Amino acid sequence: MAERAETLRLEGVRKSYGVGTPAELEVLHGIDLRLQQGEFAALIGPSGGGKSTLLNLIGLLDRPTAGRLFVTGQESGVLGDTELTQLRGRSIGFVFQYHYLLPAFTAVENVMMPILAQRGFPDAAMRERAERLLDGVGLTPWRDHMANNLSGGQQQRVAIARALALEPALVLADEPTGNLDTKSADVVFDMLREVNRSSGTTFLIVTHDPRLAQRCDRIIELVDGTIVSDRPNTAAGSAT
Amino acid sequence: MNRFLPFEAIAAFRFMREGISQTMLIVLGVALGVGVIVFMSALISGLQSNIIRRTLNSVAPIVIIPLEQVARPQRKDEPGALAENVQPRSQQLRSIDQWQKVRAQLERMPSIVAVAPVVSGPGFALRGDANKAVTITGIESDTYVRVIALEEKIVAGRLPAGASDIVIGIELSKDLGAGVGDKLRLTTASGGTETLNVVGLFDFGNKAVNSRSVYIGLRVAQNLLNLSGGVSSIEVKVHEPFEAENIAQRIQSETGLQADSWIKTNAQFFTAMAAQSLSNTVIRFFVGLTAALGIASVLVVSVVQKSKEIGILRAMGTSRAQVLRVFLVQGGVMGLVGSLFGCGLGWSFLAVWRSIALNPDGTPLFIIEIAPELFLLAAAGATLVGVLAAVVPARRAARLDPAIAIRG
Repeated sequence: MAERAETLRLEGVRKSYGVGTPAELEVLHGIDLRLQQGEFAALIGPSGGGKSTLLNLIGLLDRPTAGRLFVTGQESGVLGDTELTQLRGRSIGFVFQYHYLLPAFTAVENVMMPILAQRGFPDAAMRERAERLLDGVGLTPWRDHMANNLSGGQQQRVAIARALALEPALVLADEPTGNLDTKSADVVFDMLREVNRSSGTTFLIVTHDPRLAQRCDRIIELVDGTIVSDRPNTAAGSAT
Repeated sequence: MNRFLPFEAIAAFRFMREGISQTMLIVLGVALGVGVIVFMSALISGLQSNIIRRTLNSVAPIVIIPLEQVARPQRKDEPGALAENVQPRSQQLRSIDQWQKVRAQLERMPSIVAVAPVVSGPGFALRGDANKAVTITGIESDTYVRVIALEEKIVAGRLPAGASDIVIGIELSKDLGAGVGDKLRLTTASGGTETLNVVGLFDFGNKAVNSRSVYIGLRVAQNLLNLSGGVSSIEVKVHEPFEAENIAQRIQSETGLQADSWIKTNAQFFTAMAAQSLSNTVIRFFVGLTAALGIASVLVVSVVQKSKEIGILRAMGTSRAQVLRVFLVQGGVMGLVGSLFGCGLGWSFLAVWRSIALNPDGTPLFIIEIAPELFLLAAAGATLVGVLAAVVPARRAARLDPAIAIRG
């Protein structure tokens, strides 16, 4: 495990809401966390334990109150809003529980959007890449369907393809299968694993589902804003 | 996706298509507003230029007359003493001093198109037992028509040419029962009397003028009004009618005579036109404001409805500036498309108006010229209004916290 690049590093990250008001509430109490390139980690823990807050911080959607956060070696705290957006677009892909595709666009266009936002004007190469990614999640026949005409599992697979559009170092998945039936959930999860294996993309998956967590290489448990356990999961490899 | 459109435009169009009914409603609203503005502006400017044209058809832009005679009381008392009661002098009909020289001087001025000497004064037109008070205008036909298009007003016969020719208005013709070829007599207070042949009838479209004015040769008028060799006024036509007042002032300072421009003599009419233009501007402003509020409200709602999508866009690397532009583009496009329909609408209104507003003889009541600039201006203005209206909602969209927007 020696010389692998570090995708993510958190040093003493704290997050409080309502800073400066009597209702100030600290939800994360000094988180230290490292993710190496190619890891496939689960983040588990009870609701209200700070999982979503942590995910927002890691995803650069929010800034920590204290502590330092590095994404692909770049410290986020020193960046302005524009650079932060650029770093987010370049390095991080999101898969949300409610897939959140843009309903006004087709499946393939949804996958293209991150590249389009980055480059400004659409071109054929962009579309080809999006089509390849959709093919990777088995959705070629549906690529020109409008996003809201797809089933939940299909939409989530489009969201995965979209998350990978800019070849991010890190994919954050917030309950990616939480809204799907068992069969679709398995398909989606297998897809994530497959991407992880073939491209070496780092994954951090927030889940409530212990069955899913057991299939990850590493399980991080967050309770009341503190990491209470962080262990490798040796069973994962044989489980799939 | 169109490869020539940037990300912002593509997203803006898709968002608008997604809420197509809202988009269409607001585009319709903008179209109605722009239609009204185009129609009103064309109508009012048509009306005004028509009135100006008509006025200039019967009135010389500048009329030069001798200075008024003033009483200069002379007292032998100490200098500086004021007379207690000075009676203003009666203004007798006088000639412009050395009018030939003044005329030559005016003709050299580059801003002047034509110069016509005129003798005019009061008199009576008599025929049989009928007599009518008239204003006698003595003209040289060839110079006078270059200032006022009298020949266009002639409805029968011709302009006065010889010493015994007279042209009268159609009303006077009726009053005296004198048509082309008949004779009538002109007399004046100074005792002059002439028997003249009616050679033409004119119609200025104004009953007072048609019943009170007669045109005769310059020399005959000089004799009748006891003004031998003189002229009572010089009428001047200029290249730029709206520059008339400035030119009149220059003439005044150069000749020492009084020069009245049509702008000064028709001050009331110009005030009325200015008021009309002002009301047009006010209506434009409020219609524009209404359109802007409509666009803004639609976009505010759209930002709320699409806050999740905005959050996703932000999460996948779209910058605040890009989100801002997505909504500004929507405002601009709604304004532009609305104004294009509005121009069509305004044009249709004008077409309908043209087919309705006709004289009894089927000619248009007045000519409405549709300036292409009007449409360009309306389109550019509406686009700008749309973009400005979108500023507030767009900034709201750009400021959305993606983390909160996504969680909803």
